[in-house]
Amino acid sequence: MAPPAQSHRSPSPSQPSGKGEVSDLKTQLRQLAGSRAPGTDDTKRELFKKVISYMTIGIDVSSVFSEMVMCSATSDIVLKKMCYLYVGNYAKHNPDLALLTINFLQRDCKDEDPMIRGLALRSSCSLGVANLVEYLVGPLGNGLKDGNSYVRMVAAVGVLKLYHLSASTCLDADFPPLLKQLMLKDKDAQVVANCLTSLQEIWSLEASTSEEAAREREMLLSKPVVYYFLNRMKEFSEWAQCIVLELVSKYVPVDSEEIFDIMNLLEDRLLHANGAVVLATIKVFLHMTLSMTDVHQQVYERIKAPLLTLVSSGSPEQSYAVLSHLHLLVMRAPYIFSSDYKHFYCQYNEPFYVKKLKLDMLTAVANESNTYEIVTELCEYVANVDIPMARESIRAVGKIALQQYDVNAIVDRLLQFLEMEKEHVTAETLVLVKDLLRKYPQWSHDCIAVVGNISSKNVQEPKAKAALIWMLGEYAQDMQDSPYILEGLVENWDEENSAEVRLHLLTAVMKCFLRRAPETQKALGDALAAGVADFNQDVHDRALLYYRLLKYDVSVAERIVNPPKQAVSVFADTQSSEMKDRIFDEFNSLSVVYQKPSYMFTDKEHRGPFAFSEELGTLSIGTEPSDGAVAAQRVEANDKDLLLGTSEKEESHGYGNNGSAYSAPSYDASTTAGASQGHFDLVSIDQPSTLHPPSGFAIDDLLGLGMPAAPSSAPPALLLNAKAAIDPSAFQQKWRQLPVSLSQETSIDPQGVAGMTNPQALPQHMQGHSINCIASGGQAPNFKFFFFAQKAEGSFAYLVECVINSSSCKVQLKIKTDDQATSQAFSELFQSALSKFGSA
Amino acid sequence: MISQFFVLSQRGDNIVFRDYRRDVQKGSAEIFFRKVKFWKEDGKEEAPPVFNLDGVNYFHVKVVGLLFVATTRTNLAPSLALELLQRIARAIKDYLGVLSEESMRKNFVLVYELLDEVIDFGYVQTTSTEVLKSYVFNEPIVVDAARLPTLGPAALFMQGNKRMPGTAVTKSVVANDPGGRKREEIFVDIIEKISVTFSSSVSYSSISSACLCSFADTLDCYLLEAWSILKRLGVMLSNDDEQGYVLTSEIDGTIQMKSYLTGNPEIRLALNDDLHIGRGSVPSFGYSGSSGTGAVILDDCNFHESVHMDNFDIDRTLSLVPPDGEFPVMNYRITQEFKPPFTVNTLIEEAGSLKAEVILKIRAEFPSSITANTILIEMPLPTYTTRVNFDLDRGIVGQNADFKESQKKLEWNIKKIVGGSEHTLRAKLNFSQELHGNITKEAGPVSLTFTIPMYNPSRLQVKYLQIAKKGKTTNPYRWVRYVTQANSYVARI
Repeated sequence: MAPPAQSHRSPSPSQPSGKGEVSDLKTQLRQLAGSRAPGTDDTKRELFKKVISYMTIGIDVSSVFSEMVMCSATSDIVLKKMCYLYVGNYAKHNPDLALLTINFLQRDCKDEDPMIRGLALRSSCSLGVANLVEYLVGPLGNGLKDGNSYVRMVAAVGVLKLYHLSASTCLDADFPPLLKQLMLKDKDAQVVANCLTSLQEIWSLEASTSEEAAREREMLLSKPVVYYFLNRMKEFSEWAQCIVLELVSKYVPVDSEEIFDIMNLLEDRLLHANGAVVLATIKVFLHMTLSMTDVHQQVYERIKAPLLTLVSSGSPEQSYAVLSHLHLLVMRAPYIFSSDYKHFYCQYNEPFYVKKLKLDMLTAVANESNTYEIVTELCEYVANVDIPMARESIRAVGKIALQQYDVNAIVDRLLQFLEMEKEHVTAETLVLVKDLLRKYPQWSHDCIAVVGNISSKNVQEPKAKAALIWMLGEYAQDMQDSPYILEGLVENWDEENSAEVRLHLLTAVMKCFLRRAPETQKALGDALAAGVADFNQDVHDRALLYYRLLKYDVSVAERIVNPPKQAVSVFADTQSSEMKDRIFDEFNSLSVVYQKPSYMFTDKEHRGPFAFSEELGTLSIGTEPSDGAVAAQRVEANDKDLLLGTSEKEESHGYGNNGSAYSAPSYDASTTAGASQGHFDLVSIDQPSTLHPPSGFAIDDLLGLGMPAAPSSAPPALLLNAKAAIDPSAFQQKWRQLPVSLSQETSIDPQGVAGMTNPQALPQHMQGHSINCIASGGQAPNFKFFFFAQKAEGSFAYLVECVINSSSCKVQLKIKTDDQATSQAFSELFQSALSKFGSA
Repeated sequence: MISQFFVLSQRGDNIVFRDYRRDVQKGSAEIFFRKVKFWKEDGKEEAPPVFNLDGVNYFHVKVVGLLFVATTRTNLAPSLALELLQRIARAIKDYLGVLSEESMRKNFVLVYELLDEVIDFGYVQTTSTEVLKSYVFNEPIVVDAARLPTLGPAALFMQGNKRMPGTAVTKSVVANDPGGRKREEIFVDIIEKISVTFSSSVSYSSISSACLCSFADTLDCYLLEAWSILKRLGVMLSNDDEQGYVLTSEIDGTIQMKSYLTGNPEIRLALNDDLHIGRGSVPSFGYSGSSGTGAVILDDCNFHESVHMDNFDIDRTLSLVPPDGEFPVMNYRITQEFKPPFTVNTLIEEAGSLKAEVILKIRAEFPSSITANTILIEMPLPTYTTRVNFDLDRGIVGQNADFKESQKKLEWNIKKIVGGSEHTLRAKLNFSQELHGNITKEAGPVSLTFTIPMYNPSRLQVKYLQIAKKGKTTNPYRWVRYVTQANSYVARI
């Protein structure tokens, strides 16, 4: 057969002339379909290629479907592959046509060549046509038992594809148990890895509805399974290693010996050239040692060099990903990196997003010994022609100054910036000098000498202008020209576009007047007149306020406008430590790059296999909040609640206090009500500030505080209704209505904690004691559960909030009930049930 | 897991597009491209390699001008996604010999075939060319490498007019030579990227500004006089080739291997006897000691998974069975002091109220047997510069200087610099406004980019490359090549 002539008509595949081309293809394919002439396959290949190239650039070639299928009755594997690709692309939207393909796919699944068996199986599963699932079960079953590892590998993923098409078909065919068997015994590591990923996905999705799936998911994190994977680590490809390491990072070892064993086993993974493997290993190390402060610190030391090597090997993109993680670690423990500051110097050809991270790190690691050099380096960047970079660098210098190291020299440097007479440098510096003066008023003399020389005409940016005006007002008595500069500014009132600047100008003139009345009187009069006439409401109001104040009593005005000020000791941090802890928990994920916890940027169903219900406060099972913003707020509130006390010991500020209270030893189940009440104070006082009203907890807790600990006198043995039921929304409503009857702290068996790796384990255990779990959530080490129980006779119900810290083995209970008299009895019952968890 | 993978040309056309999970909209390629192209209104800032748009996470890497992109809705490990994209590019290059828009378009069916095996339903299966070989059946259509611009990887190893068998690097791992016979050969490349920052060459500027800012009127006259003396002194010093000292320096090296050997024989690579890994208690970036002893001290390194280090402690050899395709045997990082290949001298001096003169001097500090290629020297000039007249050394071909007015930047290109030689550029600047303050704060720093074949500043060596014989008489060709490139080579003024 002649070479394809049509190629002359369309020299470039990217510019097809339109539909005519497609119908041409159709006729040619039809002619070839039955042909057995030698060379047919080559011609077919050319035509197939054309079809696929159209497909790639988005031209609809679904009209040649039947011709493609007819032509693919061939033993040429290249042709087959192209056909599979084509079919995979169009089958979903042409289910009727897809039916045409199932025959030859079924046949190919039984081919002699394992390659063809595998390919056909993969294509069948990828069709994505729901009414063809019945045709998949047989081939998949055979595929999982195939003698060739390639086919088994494909089949393991195929099961997952089937599950997404029709979960019930997949489960009815008993594929998950088959996968589990294969996972635990197959010789081929890639088959094992594919079984693992498929099972993780299937069981995570099933876990919310099926207890068995939840148990199976927990099984993946059990010691024998985790050790099985660890022992086969070296057999896995680098990518499969990442999956296994992620699994291991979720495993909770029983004791420190186990932790060291695992770390020793994995240590050589840190030398891997693949950054993904190294970071996954680091995650294991960091998470396992979280409760061992010394070791944790050694881990930081150990991972420093490999991280720095990764930053400087790979492509700029890869090094950005690694650098983001390094950034996170530096921010958590700057002192460990303080001698490595030179690694964070910026290179001139680096993209801005990398430089920004490095500037942050330089700022963080600055201490007494390296500040001089760091600031010197930053000063070089300030002179840089790259304006955003210069601005960021000035801010960095300012931040270091505010950290209180060697302020003396830094103030000098900042003032030098003002002499550079570059507009953006001056503007940025003025803002900083203002903040600096708010913190270190003692530097006012030096600063003012320089600031006074700046012509306000050279400052245009509103923020900078406002800062300059603030200084003119605040230090009016030290700045000779202050009243006259302000006067000039007032004269140009109408040309000032920024309301912020006008507001500052009003206040500054006011302050200046209060100190140097004779010189400022005229300017003040003009400013007030202009202010009252201002179209901006805020400016107008402020001018009027000042006017009336002055009219009323000048000394009162002074007390209000210019009271003695205290230096600001610490400027507010932009990110809460809870947020930071949350990001750290999600090490080696996008959360680190975005510097946001995952719930802020992913949909719920995509939060990964082990991130279970976050929205405890709303008990989202039945009630979806209509307002997205409120929901987000609730989630955040919950985060804070759950993360109380997860701050690391080295970060002793903020909630660290609570952390130490949590882990304080020697509380046991019989702690007196007084003691636990005292502790409870700590927590509940925080809660009103961290929990937002929508959750409704805050008020309850306050009420709870007022309640006596209700020590009821020897109540009769309490029997619970084994078939108690309540729907989540009813529970939620009840929880809101009832006050806390009892709140107690107790502890849990460490063995029980080990079982906590699966969130479903405890609920199942409690169910055995007729106590049902309504909702659960949290991440190691803090878990939160809501339980529900009902008295055997009568309709009295017990609602329990149970917060378990798996690292300190402490449990916090809050019980609410309609029947106050039996709350103590119920509490004892609950605690005895809890204490059996893990020992059984 | 990965939802989609696609490759876009520089213009934003889809070259290949593969949807694995069908949970991200079809138009994602276009959405992505628009976002990257217009990241910030002014177009100055680059889009970061990872960003989130409407719940979809986009990862991308740039390889030879092409954008390799992956999307996902899950909270995937970014290093995994970016590493994967890079590996996919490498696997494609192994197959096609040359990675370019043209070669991808000609071979897109092969690329699809590869992609099917690399990722299944969003999970990575393998990126090893070796493994892929048994699954992939299309024959690559080889693109003529000679038509490629000389900036390609092959050009790295040009030494003078002699060309190393660089074309072999652009040979497909799977395709046979026209004669049908495969040439047995193996390439080991030691590629070092160096970053050096020199401090400003004279110290008067810092003294002067310190003086200027902190003293009051009375002292001013005297100090200003002192300053001008210092300044003159500084000028004299710099005329005397006084060199800025090295502030920071780092070598990021890779031993890269590409094997075309049949039968996967075991290979032993012997490195310097005096090679040490880890600087022990020496603080990183410390410059004390060590330079005199001649030992090569790596701060840290990592290895390809095929590398066995059983004998490393005894005789500094690495043994491995190289898989097909190109891969890094070892990456290493050195902050130990080394002799920078170029020293730069910059002098910028006012010459009247609206004029200034810049003298740039660059000296090659390596042996004369070695030649550096494609040297580019750049220097930002004051923003009010309007015109620049250049005065180049006579008699040297292949150099030119230019003033890029839009970026206010001086560019000086030199094709070749022979070791030991020195080149000077004089430039007369004209300004649109009068100078105020210190001109050195308005210009610079000077940055260099260059390539030096057959030279590596770390002195890390492959002493021998042993290929375990498998009863064959033919001795495979072995190529061990060194090259040094500037990563960030900056001299402050």
